[in-house]
Amino acid sequence: MILTMENICKSYYRGKNEVPVLHDICLSVNKGDYLAIMGPSGSGKSTLMNIIGCLDKPSSGVYRLEGEDIAARKDNALAELRNKYIGFIFQSFYLMPSMSAVENVALPLMYAGVPKKERMERAREALRGVGLGERMKFLPNQLSGGQCQRVAIARAMAGHPALLLADEPTGALDTASGEQIMDLFDKINDAGSTIIMITHEPSIAARAKTVCHIRDGRLSVPGEEVQ
Amino acid sequence: MLGNIQQAFQGIWHHKLRSFLTMLGIIIGIAAIITIVSTIKGTNDQIKENLIGSGNNVVVVSLHQGDYQMDFSDGQKPEEISVISEKTRQSLETLEGVSAVSLFHQRQWNAQVYYRGTEYNGYTLGVDEYYFPVYGYRLCYGRSFGAEDRSGNRKVAILDTQAVSSLFPGENAVGKTLEIQGEPYTVIGVVERSSKFRPVIETIQDYYTFANESSGSVFLTEQGWEISFGFDEPQNVAVKAESTDAMTAAGKAVADSLTKSQIRDPKNSAYSYKSADLLQQAEQLQSMSESTNKLLIWIAAISLLVGGIGVMNIMLVSVSERTHEIGLKKALGAKRRRILGQFLTEASVLTSLGGLLGILGGIGLAKLLSSAMNTPTAISVPAIVVAAAFSMLIGLIFGLLPAVKAARMNPIDALRRD
Repeated sequence: MILTMENICKSYYRGKNEVPVLHDICLSVNKGDYLAIMGPSGSGKSTLMNIIGCLDKPSSGVYRLEGEDIAARKDNALAELRNKYIGFIFQSFYLMPSMSAVENVALPLMYAGVPKKERMERAREALRGVGLGERMKFLPNQLSGGQCQRVAIARAMAGHPALLLADEPTGALDTASGEQIMDLFDKINDAGSTIIMITHEPSIAARAKTVCHIRDGRLSVPGEEVQ
Repeated sequence: MLGNIQQAFQGIWHHKLRSFLTMLGIIIGIAAIITIVSTIKGTNDQIKENLIGSGNNVVVVSLHQGDYQMDFSDGQKPEEISVISEKTRQSLETLEGVSAVSLFHQRQWNAQVYYRGTEYNGYTLGVDEYYFPVYGYRLCYGRSFGAEDRSGNRKVAILDTQAVSSLFPGENAVGKTLEIQGEPYTVIGVVERSSKFRPVIETIQDYYTFANESSGSVFLTEQGWEISFGFDEPQNVAVKAESTDAMTAAGKAVADSLTKSQIRDPKNSAYSYKSADLLQQAEQLQSMSESTNKLLIWIAAISLLVGGIGVMNIMLVSVSERTHEIGLKKALGAKRRRILGQFLTEASVLTSLGGLLGILGGIGLAKLLSSAMNTPTAISVPAIVVAAAFSMLIGLIFGLLPAVKAARMNPIDALRRD
């Protein structure tokens, strides 16, 4: 079991009014799972992703990642957790514009304290893994959107995290590049990596092994009744 | 760390104009301080050099009545004071800090020196054979005093270049005859101080020092002096100290020793030997010029403060511009310390660069000032080191708030904002 969520609730405060965003989310993800979370905008899927990614903490409920309860963790400890267990893939890639592809991929390894020589070697390996072995020294603005996203995937994979967390990974790409990214996800999942993907496109969600729907802050997992 | 510095330079280069404008406050402040300090140091060095005589380290010990230096021009000689003997002179040379001692007589006014009806205004001195080496005079032309001049009581004189230019402008002085107190003296040589002298005149004391030094000197032998000015006049003593720092102590030691040995019943006497403490005078003058300039340093410091606030402002802008970058780095696992380090490095690289430009600008300005307004400047190495360190410190201080703000940024807020 990579992660378990029990009765996760999250509310924000707008002035004095409590605005509930997530209601009693229960979810468990096993190693090798490939899960898509679908929902329209405003459904709470970004909030759920932030909590899964340890970027935010739930208001109530228990969230365990690799057996560790994140509730008691502070800012720096959460950063450590993210670095160790989670590989992020964002819609707009978020590559450092001044760094080459290989330097971008090596960045999380630097935060993990991997020595320079070793992290560059691992970054090169990860780039070869996503088919960008020929473009190691390229800057992000010299790469196409699909290539940028593949650099981002290599960056997410370089630290061998327990979980890949992708937020609308094809949202900024044309259909052909999006297809290539989804093929890459299949390949990565086949090799044993766990993936959680958030999307609002049914055709993309259909590539996952399991599809959950989120609506008005409630998650429906297949095989369970919508609450 | 090295990566941070490299990144900081990239960032500064990327925003060239903005970085330069931000640095401007620091540049101006540091440049002003370097210029002021250079001017202070230049003036101080020159005051010291002028008063002390360019490293000759000579201090004059003379007989005083109360606080006033004795002037023997009225011909009166106090009975209770004996003339300093050669043996005493030798014993003075053994005192601590003293390297050489010369005895001399001196008149500044009423010496009655004439050349063809022109009266000469300046010093007239009767000197022993040690005087020229002690003061560092060198012979320009003619000859110096020889043993026969002394033993034969010859009426010969040596002039310095200033005396020559006031008495015999454009003429060869050697061979000319001067009338001193009615006695004829033949000029045999011309000497000058080996060190050149360019005074700053800021106070009345400077003026007197300058006026004394710039009027010329006519030198006679001791024996020649006695013919015109009489016997048994207590001498002045020129004490050459081993070093500039030893001058005060050496002068005092000689003065105390002479007061004890030359004056009968020194405790109850109105007379005593005192040393002219040039070092102390120099320090007084220096502190005067410094106190005015220190005020300027405070004004420059305010400019640095304003510059620092400018840096803080721009760093805050930079932090909010790079929200995504910070958010991403935190999402990837960067801890607070790393983000803090990045922004502190950037701020201090920015201000250090400003400080460096300011130092160069200050040196340039000091040189420009010294050539344009003819004021002395001296570049102070400690001031440069302090300025460089201080500009870096400004970056650390004023970069702290923006850096803390960046480090505390919530990664979700940072990634969400578009």
